Amino acid sequence: MPTKTQHRKSQAPRLEPKTISLSHPDSLHPNSIHPGSLLSAADLSIDKVESILRLADVLEKEDALRRDKRLFKRRVSLLFYESSTRTRTSFELAAKALGADTSLVSAQSSSIEKGESLKDTGITLRALGAECIILRSPYSGAPYLLAETTGLPILNAGDGMHEHPSQALLDLRTILAHLEIGAKITETTLKGVTVTICGDIFHSRVARSNALLLPRLGARVVFCGPTPLLPEIAAQLGPNIVIERDFDRALAQSQIVMMLRIQAERLAGLALDLEEYKARYQANVDRVAAYAPKALVMHPGPMIRGLEITSEVADGRQSAIAEQVRNGVAIRMALIMRALGGDTKVSTKSRSVSPKKGASR
Amino acid sequence: MNPILIRGGHVIDPAAGVDGPRDLLLVEGKVAAMDVPGKMKHAGTEVIDAKGLVVAPGLVDIHVHLREPGQGYKETIATGTAAAATGGFTTVCAMPNTIPVNDSAETTRWMLAPERGAAIRVFPIGAATRGSLGEALTEYGSLRAAGVVAVTDDGKPILGDAIMRQALVAAARANLPVIQHAEDTRLTGGCSMNAGPVAFRLGLRGMPTEAESGLVERDIRLLAEVKDSRAHLHIAHLSTKAALDAVRRARRNGLRVTCEVAPHHFVLNEEAIGNYDTRAKMNPPLRAESDRVAVIEGIIDGSVDCIATDHAPHAAHEKEQEFERAPNGITGLESALGLSIAVLHVRHKLPLSRVIALLSTQPAAVLGLKGRGILSVGSAADAVIFDPAKKWTFQARESKSKSKNTPFDGWTMQGQISMTISEGRVVYRRN
Ligand SMILES: [Zn+2]
Repeated sequence: MPTKTQHRKSQAPRLEPKTISLSHPDSLHPNSIHPGSLLSAADLSIDKVESILRLADVLEKEDALRRDKRLFKRRVSLLFYESSTRTRTSFELAAKALGADTSLVSAQSSSIEKGESLKDTGITLRALGAECIILRSPYSGAPYLLAETTGLPILNAGDGMHEHPSQALLDLRTILAHLEIGAKITETTLKGVTVTICGDIFHSRVARSNALLLPRLGARVVFCGPTPLLPEIAAQLGPNIVIERDFDRALAQSQIVMMLRIQAERLAGLALDLEEYKARYQANVDRVAAYAPKALVMHPGPMIRGLEITSEVADGRQSAIAEQVRNGVAIRMALIMRALGGDTKVSTKSRSVSPKKGASR
Repeated sequence: MNPILIRGGHVIDPAAGVDGPRDLLLVEGKVAAMDVPGKMKHAGTEVIDAKGLVVAPGLVDIHVHLREPGQGYKETIATGTAAAATGGFTTVCAMPNTIPVNDSAETTRWMLAPERGAAIRVFPIGAATRGSLGEALTEYGSLRAAGVVAVTDDGKPILGDAIMRQALVAAARANLPVIQHAEDTRLTGGCSMNAGPVAFRLGLRGMPTEAESGLVERDIRLLAEVKDSRAHLHIAHLSTKAALDAVRRARRNGLRVTCEVAPHHFVLNEEAIGNYDTRAKMNPPLRAESDRVAVIEGIIDGSVDCIATDHAPHAAHEKEQEFERAPNGITGLESALGLSIAVLHVRHKLPLSRVIALLSTQPAAVLGLKGRGILSVGSAADAVIFDPAKKWTFQARESKSKSKNTPFDGWTMQGQISMTISEGRVVYRRN
């Protein structure tokens, strides 16, 4: 059984003049993380992104009865330390669509309440037969701990302020469909595409995952928001990320606009006036029509209508919000397949933009 | 206790300016004689052949957490001092954040009792305020009489201006330094690492460097206000360029300010956290590369008075938690010399005598530990014998500490200790 102390840094750095004091990426990166895990969007190679998207296409199109046999009776655990309707249901439906058995352990359940450690909960789930754990945690980095202590494939369903990589993948799928890009994914697939992410960037795992993923395919990411929610250092998250505090100007350059939920209590803590926030950063009809009449408007949910986005925009013709949710199930089917080592072979034909029914029948 | 004659070694005793071949005679727990090789007769003594080795005053660590009383599952005075002896230390100063907090003569005496089984000399440091709550001063006179060598609320900074001012004045009267854990906790709530791009990427809240430098500047201002008292302020585990600059300025203004740095702050930077490695979590946190470099510069230019490990053992189950929930601190006693030689001496060409001074002579001087960190006749027979050129691999599982929470597991160190002698007794001998 892999344990963290044994595996976390077994490739110990040597104290040689040139390597000391710098990071030791190979040594600090734990080596017991199951390759079927998805912990960070930064870990996704372009090839992996391509294969996940392609698999999502295939699974989505596949006949339900046939798909049901893919992971028939395999065991997937959902370990949710935070309440989440959207992500939990999406993963659950995805697992069930593949025929897997799912079990949910949520914050309200007894062992977590009794203060059992994440490690022990993970080991218990493994002993109960879990072959993959989907984790939502309020603590950044919790999926690494679970991956190292259980050795199981772990899918990060959101960890603290860190990442939400499946969200970035489903957002990517939504963007590609909108831009009608069906060719093989490369570093230039999104060349010339500007994506504005607006709102509480600092607390947002969705922002981090998207900003780590999209520029790798050539996109330019513009972060937009007030300083307390968007510190200057955010631009150092990765390449091709810039900060534009003027939302109108950000919109004017963007083909894609992602709005983030704004939690009123965080504004209160930062002494930022709610009305002022709306005046400067709300996605409303006037603003969108004036500066980004053709842009795709996205929101990872849950949204607060009337705050960061108005109903007119959320329900309008530019909105992809419902499409994002649909894409979530397809992407998560692919991730679960990959995690459980199911037969992920798919046809070598290019991904199609619009799913054709019964293609693999 | 037999007399010990250490023959043929290269003695480095910075306090006496000795840096050459000498024989050293230890009798009844004291240094009895030092002379050029071959002059001392050795009948009736245990002879230790130190040919090719350096003989230095035993190392002095003025910042360790021995966890007793109260947290014997992390460390005990016996296991902590065994680890210290293995690391070449013959003197350690034990921080008061025990359970209960060491804020009384009674607890101090308990820690010093022979039943604790200390392998080497322990000097307790007393709490600066009762329960380290930052409200009312402890009895500095009686603490000193019981054996404490400084006061601090380490782990918790003394935030209030008035109480800090009182502490400086009262400690000066008792001839004790006040050690400050410089962290403005009003700026670090919920934080688990250094503020900056790495913290942003990991989604962790970051402690700004100003939380350290701001409090150091505040303390220096208070010290200036009570200058006539000759108060002595010592900054624990200094980790930022800004705080170091504040210390430099204060010294130029004639204030009595000293500071220590921990090996991890001059060896590692914040990138060592990697993917949430809790063994790289401590407070103050690993800083940006620019601060790490500034600490090295401070060591080289003499602004840093001494190296102290901030040895902070924690049980495996405590560190094996989500990063933000895991406790701060790493062990340090067995890796301090090996890291210091590898980085300061080998890489930055600091003379070995300066490394010894930073790990022995100067920390003893900072806390006024008479007869420690020095090999003059009549001093404590505390010595460490090591091969400065020998490389070795540090294995946490072989540590004498009860806890293994170190980021240096598996690292190649330089400077292998063959023997540690405390008050004339061999307390560590490499097999
Ligand atoms: Zn401290």
